[in-house]
Amino acid sequence: MTSSNFTRRGLLKTGAASGTVLATPTIFTGAAWAEAHTGFTNAPQGDTVTLGFNVPQSGPYADEGADELRAFELAVEHLNGEGDGGMLNTFSSKTLEGNGINGKRVEYVTGDTQTKSDAARASARSMIEKDGAVMVSGGSSSGVAVAVQALCQEAGIIFMAGLTHSNDTTGKDRKANGFRHFFNSYMSGAALAPILAAQYGTDRKAYHLTADYNWGYTTEQAVRESTEAQGWETVNAVKTPLTQTDFSSYITPVLNSGADVLVLNHYGGNMVNSLTNAVQFGLREATANGKQFEIVVPLYSELMAQGAGENIAGILGSQNWDWKLENQLGERYIGTNAFVQSFGNKYGRPPSQAAHTCYVQTLLYADAVNRAGSFNPCAVVEALEGFEFDGLGNGPTLYRAEDHQCFKDVVVVRGKENPENEFDLVEIVEVTPTDQVTYPPDHPQFGGGDATLGECNPGA
Amino acid sequence: MTDQTTDTRMDATRPRASAAHKSSGLLGLTGKDLGLFIIVALLTILAPFILNPFPEGSALAQFNGGYPDLMQRFVIFGIFAIGFNILFGLTGYLSFGHAAFLGVGSYAAIWMMKLLTLNVIPAIIMSIVFAGIFALVVGYISLRRSGIYFSILTLAFAQMSYALAYSVLTPITGGETGLQLKATDTPLLSNLGPTEIGRANFFGVDMRASYEMAIGDWLFTFNAGYYIAAVFMLLSFYLAIRLFRSPFGMMLRAVKSNQQRMNYTGLNSRPYTLAAFVISGMYAGLAGGLMVAMDTQVGPERMFWTASGEVVLMTILGGAGTLIGPVLGAGMIKYMENIVSKINDGILHQWFAFMPDGIEDFLVFVIHPFIGKGWHLTLGLLFMLVVIFLPGGLVEGGQRIASVFRRKETKTSTVEKSAAEQQQHSE
Repeated sequence: MTSSNFTRRGLLKTGAASGTVLATPTIFTGAAWAEAHTGFTNAPQGDTVTLGFNVPQSGPYADEGADELRAFELAVEHLNGEGDGGMLNTFSSKTLEGNGINGKRVEYVTGDTQTKSDAARASARSMIEKDGAVMVSGGSSSGVAVAVQALCQEAGIIFMAGLTHSNDTTGKDRKANGFRHFFNSYMSGAALAPILAAQYGTDRKAYHLTADYNWGYTTEQAVRESTEAQGWETVNAVKTPLTQTDFSSYITPVLNSGADVLVLNHYGGNMVNSLTNAVQFGLREATANGKQFEIVVPLYSELMAQGAGENIAGILGSQNWDWKLENQLGERYIGTNAFVQSFGNKYGRPPSQAAHTCYVQTLLYADAVNRAGSFNPCAVVEALEGFEFDGLGNGPTLYRAEDHQCFKDVVVVRGKENPENEFDLVEIVEVTPTDQVTYPPDHPQFGGGDATLGECNPGA
Repeated sequence: MTDQTTDTRMDATRPRASAAHKSSGLLGLTGKDLGLFIIVALLTILAPFILNPFPEGSALAQFNGGYPDLMQRFVIFGIFAIGFNILFGLTGYLSFGHAAFLGVGSYAAIWMMKLLTLNVIPAIIMSIVFAGIFALVVGYISLRRSGIYFSILTLAFAQMSYALAYSVLTPITGGETGLQLKATDTPLLSNLGPTEIGRANFFGVDMRASYEMAIGDWLFTFNAGYYIAAVFMLLSFYLAIRLFRSPFGMMLRAVKSNQQRMNYTGLNSRPYTLAAFVISGMYAGLAGGLMVAMDTQVGPERMFWTASGEVVLMTILGGAGTLIGPVLGAGMIKYMENIVSKINDGILHQWFAFMPDGIEDFLVFVIHPFIGKGWHLTLGLLFMLVVIFLPGGLVEGGQRIASVFRRKETKTSTVEKSAAEQQQHSE
């Protein structure tokens, strides 16, 4: 109490100073994350706009995260008019001219989701609260996608999902502010079933090994329902713990179960291990019910194929996109080569499907803002809903208004017997056209009639 | 057996009653403790200023931590670590499964919000209650063993809870996807529109409501949720001080110094350790409830063993057995996780742009492994340095610096010091 400030004069000075401080606040908002004078969360000020790229940089999907980040950097480069422009040249919408988004130069921040929903939300919140990101994209698992999508809905910004394959993302957990370009479990099942029937016959008996979490459940259900519709029978479906690394005890009963097809509803490390075990146990050479035994992996990825090595040979699965699409199937998939070329020039490798979906999502967002003429999430939602486009590598595509899911062709692939190099591990078997993988928005696998997008939320 | 336990409890209450007469000063705290409490209170209240020392738009703004999410995390994990320290710092029992209580608290809280009301208070109360009950069960079984066996038992329980939440109990926990508030939720006591998604509130105050104050280039954010969490943190901290000073706390310290001798003198230490375990579990539950209150989402990885390990790190990094240490450790780790992990090569290039190209690239190359995804590496190095050179944690570091300024080694009987020393000697 002896501080010299506490003289009458000192007090007056302090009082005056704090008075000016209190008078200074420029922004007062009831709801946080908002700047009242612009009408929506994180409205870009000045001549730049910030996007948030939230990808797994550590944890089981770190490789995919790294590839996603490469794609994002490439997309930002192209949007800002650097590099060769990539898919900007083939995209059916021509609003992107290499002058940023809505004339504002694109900047970005990155974060690590660690493939944990808590960490992903913390990272996304810091992008929104601290860096002023107006859109968040990326991610490599459905749990994270659903968590971050819900956050973006609450915060009033746009979420452009990265790699997420579970039905729930645009099913029971769909949100008005969230959009998914990647395909989903249902589409995998629907695309695979006719080809499985054509290749292996319609009187097959299937045995499912399913990773014991949401994505596993939706994939098993999807594949099961589609193959049973083709006349297949499901002998058994066994759930395996996510942390399992040795699947021998799960594989042994398969041979004596009377099944002649094994469906591995596994992803990432799980799939690499279970497939390797299955091949080591001689399932590929075995015969059952007088037929050759077969293995199916509903969701394929290049990075998993690299992990499983030669065990992948001859095994069928589905993909969202493949870098050889345009070369092998022609003009319909225009954009593919443009993207592969600029990605290859920059990084010396072909892009994975995770990279592709992230690149495309960024362009789609940028284009929607340009067409809407505003960064306001509700305007962007309106521009993206029911948007039909082409030239982004998947052929003609529709962003459906009812659930914010993209509808496009699904690629069915098979592991190559004799790969030429480490990137050329799968061959395209067939492409299942869009109408065969389309389902009604209130399909029971997608939350039925209860599932709703809710209202778009602009934040402020 | 039961008679014996009640006897010892009665014994314990007697000295407590006499201690109540002894304790003097404001709030029943002695001078040193009161000072510490006031410092912590000031730090928490002024956090929005302290954590945002750099002006917006400057290159160093990257290091600002004063945004609502991180400030909330600081205090919430502070509570978690304070609670953990009551068990580990006082009794020496190293629980490796504390994240399970955090998770149970979170699930309890989100279900309260989904079913009853969006007000955070009932949710937080339920999270404490459920975590307490769960801790009672886990503690009752695990405390039959001590040392490494105790750690393994708690770890097993936590991993079990994680596995249950991740898959077996998917209908209750939402599995991998976790639980969020949805438009289809209709809490009994809240009137929501048909497609409206509920927001956590405190008697009408939205947890996300913020008041932003711009002074020159600086921007300070005062977040309602943060201050509510901060009040809980101060309460927890106050309770912890009282507990450390109580005869009960003394009994817990005795357990740490020599439990066998205690048993030989005829004291049954189990009720004390169990009480400490349950209190500590309730602290974790409170932290879990607050996490849901601030950000209405729960995922099972909140209970993963790495989350349990993290709170051990926080406590040791800050200084186990000290009052303020765990809070500092929690802040340190959360800061690293949220700030260092967001620095990328692009930002490094901006910082070093003034240097010649060769040197710039070289510096970026050298620093690259320690930023972004490398934040674990930076944290690991820091942890090693602290454990090797400052066994008493950051608190010891603070004391050493203070003693340099004070010149002479004062023989204060600060708890901080004695606890840190005790920690050092007993290990």
